[in-house]
Amino acid sequence: MNKIIKPEQVKELFKDGMTVMIGGFLACGTPEKLIDLLIEKNVKDLTIIANDTGFPDRGIGRLVVNGQVKKVVASHIGTNPETGRLMNEGKMEVELVPQGSLIEKVRAAGAGLGGVLTPTGVGTIVEEGKEKLTINGKEYLLELPVKADLALVLGTVVDEFGNTFYKGTTKNFNPYIALAADTVIVEAEELVKTGELSPDLAMTPGVVVDYIMKGAL
Amino acid sequence: MITDSKLAKEIIAKRVAKELRDGQLVNLGIGLPTMVANYVPEGMMVTFQSENGMVGMGPTPAPGEEDVHITNAGGQYVTILPHGAYFDSSMSFSLIRGGHVDMTVLGALEVDQEGNLANWIVPGKMVPGMGGAMDLVSGARRVIVAMQHTGKGQPKILKKCTLPLTARGEVDLIVTELCVIEVTKAGLVLKEMHKDTTIEEIKSLTEADLIIFEEIKTMDV
Repeated sequence: MNKIIKPEQVKELFKDGMTVMIGGFLACGTPEKLIDLLIEKNVKDLTIIANDTGFPDRGIGRLVVNGQVKKVVASHIGTNPETGRLMNEGKMEVELVPQGSLIEKVRAAGAGLGGVLTPTGVGTIVEEGKEKLTINGKEYLLELPVKADLALVLGTVVDEFGNTFYKGTTKNFNPYIALAADTVIVEAEELVKTGELSPDLAMTPGVVVDYIMKGAL
Repeated sequence: MITDSKLAKEIIAKRVAKELRDGQLVNLGIGLPTMVANYVPEGMMVTFQSENGMVGMGPTPAPGEEDVHITNAGGQYVTILPHGAYFDSSMSFSLIRGGHVDMTVLGALEVDQEGNLANWIVPGKMVPGMGGAMDLVSGARRVIVAMQHTGKGQPKILKKCTLPLTARGEVDLIVTELCVIEVTKAGLVLKEMHKDTTIEEIKSLTEADLIIFEEIKTMDV
């Protein structure tokens, strides 16, 4: 079994209209090489699920600027003016979700849960259209799971089986999107032989990783 | 009247820092609230969270020492202190919603006399998104609004917020360059005022009703 693939093979996995989860927080922990390939292939009408839309020239924002995105599900779009402009002009749909709720929606999908109950958003416009439950006298919103066709993950050290270590604050959404998509591609900053990454440091178990592409720092 | 914006922010940050307690875990919002970290009282250990995935956030790295793997919630390079820890977003918001964050300090577009806060959207104009603000305001044990008293000369402390809310009834304390206001069940209580202002001035710059007792302390800044 060989999970390591070349950029040309990665591009074959990209299709118009896909729902894609991408790791990173304001471009920290975002697989930039995989985004390069999405831009090169220029697939269209993507739905992107991510913490934010990065910056116009860095991270997920580059896909927005390149006009490849139909819909964004994110907690924050303020650092990329292009996202706001396209939204206001009605050219791109944006669904804003509180950050803590968004990660739990992703986690729920990957963990086989039917949703999560959170107090976040009660009494705000976030509760519109959502089921509200009262438990022990406190109100909660039911946030439903969210899945994707493809997850694009950035790992700091990845072994050839896909066991992945994420350094510092690059973790963010990465370990959870790796469970919530049909196909998981990890961009490896450093690729090592299987067994060279301590199993104690495998934050994402390689069994859930479908493909690995060598990136670069 | 305090017209110098830089001075106003300094006054606010210094006064908010007096609310810190030894051993607390605190989350500071981007902008003015971040300045609070500069005024931690000597001898006190306060741990700061950055909701993108760390507690024990340290200062900005020296030039050349930046690590692309280590940033704060504003996307800037940062460092971690020896007692700190890194984690993913689920852990980060478990800390926030789970009541493990003792205090959060945020800015506001509007705050009202029921403790409602609006700070994430001006429909049709400015739509940055709520990021982690909704989770922080509903999850942190204590919510402090740190902001300049007015915006473009208009009151920001209102009877009722007009903008979409960040959270309902969660604000505990409002600190501006003019005064300190506590949110209580009875309404907004004026607790302290800056030496360079008057009750009349504060009232004229505040739309909300203020409960004013005879003794009002001078802000210790």
